[in-house]
Amino acid sequence: MEKELWKGNEAIAEAAIRAGCDCFFGYPITPQSEVPEYMSAHLPKAGGVFLQSESEVAAINMVYGAAGAGMRAMTSSSSPGISLKQEGITYIAGAELPCVIVNCMRGGPGLGTIQPGQGDYYQATRGGGNGDYRTLVLSPSNVQEAVDFVQEAFDIADQYRNPVMVVMDGLIGQMMEPIEWHPVPKRDLPPKDWATTGRKDRDHNNIINSLYMDPNECDRHNEHLAEKYALMEKNEVRWEEKECEDAEVIITAYGTPARIALTALETLRAEGLKVGLFRPITLWPFPEAALRKLSKADHVKAFVDVEMSSTGQMIDDVRLSVEGRKPIRYLGHAGGVMPTVEEMVDAVKAALKEGK
Amino acid sequence: MAIVYEKSRGLTDEELHYCPGCHHGIIHKLVAESLVELGLLDDAIGVCPVGCSVFAYKYFNCDMQEAAHGRAPAVATGIKRTHPHQAVFTYQGDGDLASIGAAEIVHAAMRGEKFTTIFVNNAIYGMTGGQMAPTTLIGQKATTCQTGRTKEQAGMPIRMAELLSTLEGCVYAERVCVTDIANINKAKKAIKKAFQKQMNGEGFTFIEVLSTCPTNWGMTPLKAVEWLKDNMVPYYPLGVIKETAPETAEVK
Ligand SMILES: Cc1ncc(C[n+]2csc(CCOP(=O)(O)OP(=O)(O)O)c2C)c(N)n1
Ligand code: SF4
Ligand SMILES: [Mg+2]
Repeated sequence: MEKELWKGNEAIAEAAIRAGCDCFFGYPITPQSEVPEYMSAHLPKAGGVFLQSESEVAAINMVYGAAGAGMRAMTSSSSPGISLKQEGITYIAGAELPCVIVNCMRGGPGLGTIQPGQGDYYQATRGGGNGDYRTLVLSPSNVQEAVDFVQEAFDIADQYRNPVMVVMDGLIGQMMEPIEWHPVPKRDLPPKDWATTGRKDRDHNNIINSLYMDPNECDRHNEHLAEKYALMEKNEVRWEEKECEDAEVIITAYGTPARIALTALETLRAEGLKVGLFRPITLWPFPEAALRKLSKADHVKAFVDVEMSSTGQMIDDVRLSVEGRKPIRYLGHAGGVMPTVEEMVDAVKAALKEGK
Repeated sequence: MAIVYEKSRGLTDEELHYCPGCHHGIIHKLVAESLVELGLLDDAIGVCPVGCSVFAYKYFNCDMQEAAHGRAPAVATGIKRTHPHQAVFTYQGDGDLASIGAAEIVHAAMRGEKFTTIFVNNAIYGMTGGQMAPTTLIGQKATTCQTGRTKEQAGMPIRMAELLSTLEGCVYAERVCVTDIANINKAKKAIKKAFQKQMNGEGFTFIEVLSTCPTNWGMTPLKAVEWLKDNMVPYYPLGVIKETAPETAEVK
């Protein structure tokens, strides 16, 4: 297949259009503004609706309305904007509406920096808004994956009637890379017979709602949601393992740090050190079982978790998977500073010493 | 026997939960009747607020979406933009629309979104137990201004119909009340006209209905009607606040 050079943010916008996105609602914020810009120019030509909203709060609620009326709806933003969308996301999850949300993460907290970051891991994987809910979170580590995941995200969302987030650090949004356009993967999807499209000759009204005044009903609704999340945990977990078969130290990383780790792996392997990479692709559901299995292997002595976060966030999921069997080191920067190959090499060597 | 009165087909058989003397029920009826008489019911998609009318999705006999507090205009925008030929409306209280959702309603009006908003102004937060709303009158007591609202502390009450009228996208804004037969008839006419203008694609249409909350005003239903007439109407004048002729109203 032919390769084309695309900027990450424009590529995911094009990917969404190719995946049948009907409408996009968004608000400008660096480093994701190319998504609404591209959508404004190209989505209407493809027969879709583009609207620049007055805020991220409005954008996500427009997504709610359109998704509730049966449309393939999408919004994108970056960290502070995603914070504002949390209200809408919990309502969307509660009302079981499918939609696609892209977070092109920057450094925080607060206004932070417009440089790439990974400080929204908790927010993405723990719900972020109020109540017990989960969003399925896909994390690409290059532009090709970003494109492929966005294309697939719409079907995943429709299948489970649940928001799907594509979470990537700003670097992937801003970077240009050669990509191939893969055919959009198609799932067997249930009809949207619940959508509010006007009753016409239906014998009942369709209602989009997340309110249950009766606590027992609300409990049942939550149980139903939990069953759905369990199904996603069973069927949708994705990860990648590189050279873990004999590894003594395993680096855990996602997004851009996972990509930098590939060079660290090369360097260390060239020195004869046995190092592997474990890269979660779905941040939720987290590939807990796979990582747990690795942590039980005798050859694995230690883990090094690397994130673009000062305190580490994914490291909590790594800990929950490793369950104290092996030591875990942390290497992280926030505020737009990337962990370097040299730092990773040093951290792995220190971990090896510690693990012996 | 001839039927002289019956419940509108635009309402379900669900029992309304509103307090005695609350005008939400009358306003529901007028919206429902308007949709039926205009032949729009089977095509309509309504959006209800968070407030005492949160269960409006059970009462209106059409497809409905329940929005987060204040966000109904954004939700309706998402619906109408993707379903441009259907009748779309929001039904919102004054806390919902004029306070937490002020940005959403202003920008929907600015864009000239082609849906109709029914704004129920009862000068109080009904559902949460009578706190001050942005529409609470000066001197009016509420649980968060127990000696009465003052200008110094909370500013002057907001007149939403007038405010939205300054926006070109808002082609029709009328303030009505439902305190008696004559006013009920006027209110119904206004609601019907708003939907007609919406379906003509003229722009954003807004009906503000002054409403009672006997429970949180601490009055009998009859006393509440009197209070509305004596106190709300002077500050919130009834009538057409804005009506743009269709040809100039066209937002292309
Ligand atoms: C984000 C959020 N904040 C606060 C509330 C609590 N709340 C529910 S209804 C309401 C006020 C509603 O008042 P109004 O819109 O005037 O409607 P009314 O009950 O008077 O008809 C408030 C503050 C909420 N549900 N969500
Ligand atoms: S509390 Fe007030 S607004 Fe709410 S139902 Fe009762 S009278 Fe109506
Ligand atoms: Mg009120």
